[in-house]
Amino acid sequence: MADMTSKRNAMPVQEADVRNRNFSEVALGYTEEQAVAEANRCLNCKNKPCTSGCPVQIDIPAFIAEVAKGDFEAAYKVITKSSSLPAVCGRVCPQETQCESKCVRGIKGEPVAIGRIERFVADWHNANSTAALEKPAPNGHKAAVIGSGPSGLACAGDLAKMGYDVTVFEALHVAGGVLSYGIPEFRLPKTIVQKEIDGLRALGVKIETNTVVGKTVSVDELMQDEGFESVFIGSGAGLPRFMNIKGENLNGVYSANEFLTRINLMKAYREDSSTPIRAGAKAVIVGGGNVAMDAARCAKRLGADVTIVYRRTENELPARAEEVEHAKEEGIAFRFLTNPTEIKADEKGWSKSIVCQEMELSEPDASGRAKPVPKKDAFIELDADCIIMSIGTSPNPLIKSTTSGLDTQKWGGIIADEDGKTSKDGVYAGGDAVTGAATVILAMGAGKKAAAAMDRFMQGK
Amino acid sequence: MFEILEKKCLNPTVTLMRIYAPRIAKKAEPGQFIILRTDESGERIPLTIADYDRENGSVTIIFQIVGATTEKLNHMNEGECLHDFVGPLGRATETDGLKKVAVVGGGVGCAIALPVAKKLHELGVEVHSIVGFRNKDLVILEDEFRAASSKFVLMSDDGSAGEKGLVTDALKKLIDSGEKYDRVITIGPLIMMKFVCKLTKEYDIPTVASMNPIMIDGTGMCGGCRLTVGGETKFACVDGPEFDGHLIDFDEAMARGAMYRQFERKAHEETCNLFREVK
Repeated sequence: MADMTSKRNAMPVQEADVRNRNFSEVALGYTEEQAVAEANRCLNCKNKPCTSGCPVQIDIPAFIAEVAKGDFEAAYKVITKSSSLPAVCGRVCPQETQCESKCVRGIKGEPVAIGRIERFVADWHNANSTAALEKPAPNGHKAAVIGSGPSGLACAGDLAKMGYDVTVFEALHVAGGVLSYGIPEFRLPKTIVQKEIDGLRALGVKIETNTVVGKTVSVDELMQDEGFESVFIGSGAGLPRFMNIKGENLNGVYSANEFLTRINLMKAYREDSSTPIRAGAKAVIVGGGNVAMDAARCAKRLGADVTIVYRRTENELPARAEEVEHAKEEGIAFRFLTNPTEIKADEKGWSKSIVCQEMELSEPDASGRAKPVPKKDAFIELDADCIIMSIGTSPNPLIKSTTSGLDTQKWGGIIADEDGKTSKDGVYAGGDAVTGAATVILAMGAGKKAAAAMDRFMQGK
Repeated sequence: MFEILEKKCLNPTVTLMRIYAPRIAKKAEPGQFIILRTDESGERIPLTIADYDRENGSVTIIFQIVGATTEKLNHMNEGECLHDFVGPLGRATETDGLKKVAVVGGGVGCAIALPVAKKLHELGVEVHSIVGFRNKDLVILEDEFRAASSKFVLMSDDGSAGEKGLVTDALKKLIDSGEKYDRVITIGPLIMMKFVCKLTKEYDIPTVASMNPIMIDGTGMCGGCRLTVGGETKFACVDGPEFDGHLIDFDEAMARGAMYRQFERKAHEETCNLFREVK
């Protein structure tokens, strides 16, 4: 009989006023006892509504049942049948809108904390398992994956499990894509990312860093000269947008991408890093997504007094509720219905303040959210010697412009069908490169679907 | 790994290295750049490609020792390997339809100007090279420039090499003497390029300047290398590094280039001290 407590087991976390001064992980993870107790809240529903809410269709009740029995390795095996990156997903998936939103326990109380249990299982495996990965027998076919972010890693992992000879090409010097350069250490420790990637290497996946496809080598060359029969493009949406307001190129103004890359990829928060960062005394972050929360919380940890300005209200914030909550607890201020119009400089050419117009909400726009409209003559000026623009990213045009016969949307996204098939024979795509900026798990789902389609393509040849 | 095949000191502060990077050598064109890291915890720095050898698979870089990373790089030797070396990045120099070009280089920028001059020369374009240095000890690549140019003017600030004066003086003199260029290509310190562009604007000669701002990834991801060209924000890494010199906001570029100067100075000092202790 399931434990019918309406509340879920709380996640142990670092205290807010301690963690906002360090880069160590905020959430500390369940103990074995907590994980088993939470697993016992699962009703093991026959029709598995939670699984239908998972973009990669993990058999959730099955793995939770193993946890309840205390067989954590068996639980891990169930998860990895569907997911290549459980330790990552247990941390960064928006479970509250996916699996957990479908949980029957959520109707009369809190849903089972599926994400927290998943994270526990993956961490337990990484710390305790001695089971060696079985390297699949090679099937003699070669496939290339462009980009080592969530979609690319998921695709590479599935292809490798089927016996393909897989090479992943990564532009930066470290694999992981947004998991390495974007999501901060305190939300997703980089040792965990590397462990997951090492797991793929153990499956036989080769990773070539420092290779910019479109510059160092083209998709056409990979297929014609290097013998790759099929290519998956998971190059993400890494091009930062700016507002095009006055003063945006002043010193002290960053894109969130640059700010986070300096910190996460280049470790600029460490004393011994050779890459500089400057969060200033008063930092203003523009935007309301998860990336804005990450940038704000990093700036706070670097010692700045941080304010997030967002042009809609708290109800429309695109960031996960948990991230917003964590940011607030850490002392980050929010100014809603506020939209920047100009950045002012000091006498040395550094940003000094940001002028914003007050907004009000009107009818919903194309995105379905209430459209913010400026209030006439209502301006405020906030001191800011660091400003971080976090208003979205678009796909990098590099691959589109160097690959023959690859169709893209007007805004730059690669056109692909449900299985990731593009307009170019043998070339598949998925993740943010197709959809525009979205989540880690959706990208992983797309990578897995494409891997299955690439398998059919290569076997049918 | 990216082995240093050859290391040569061109002057006390400028070093040439030939790096084994066959994939990049196969694709490189004049005007493009690479990004390197010396070691596992190193910063990423962009350097323009000075030469390449497709057959031997090597890419040549020429750098001035100005900061911690170039100091560390200069302490590496033949046979050692760079940790990371990625490229070729950015767009190649446009050479289509050119008949007569003035290539104006300053200081270590001449190392980047040379492959452009060489390529134009090979294409049959009439190349006039004007290169400037502070003094005779800093002159680099003089013979190579002479070989790639039908006219070569060497300038120095103190007159110890070639003529005394600035590259803009020499360029003005040539234009005034009736030389008709269909393009000026300038590569060097920002302040020099600013004044070259100011001069050629007066004469209405199309001018291209090669920008080398602070950048991290070099693929359009960080936006740190952005600059204003004709009122629009451009990324030097993917839209450049060469831009219409008459439209570049050089003052903004100079301010952005100085963003981390304090940090850089301190890091350079610390690195120098470290090497001193090792000795």
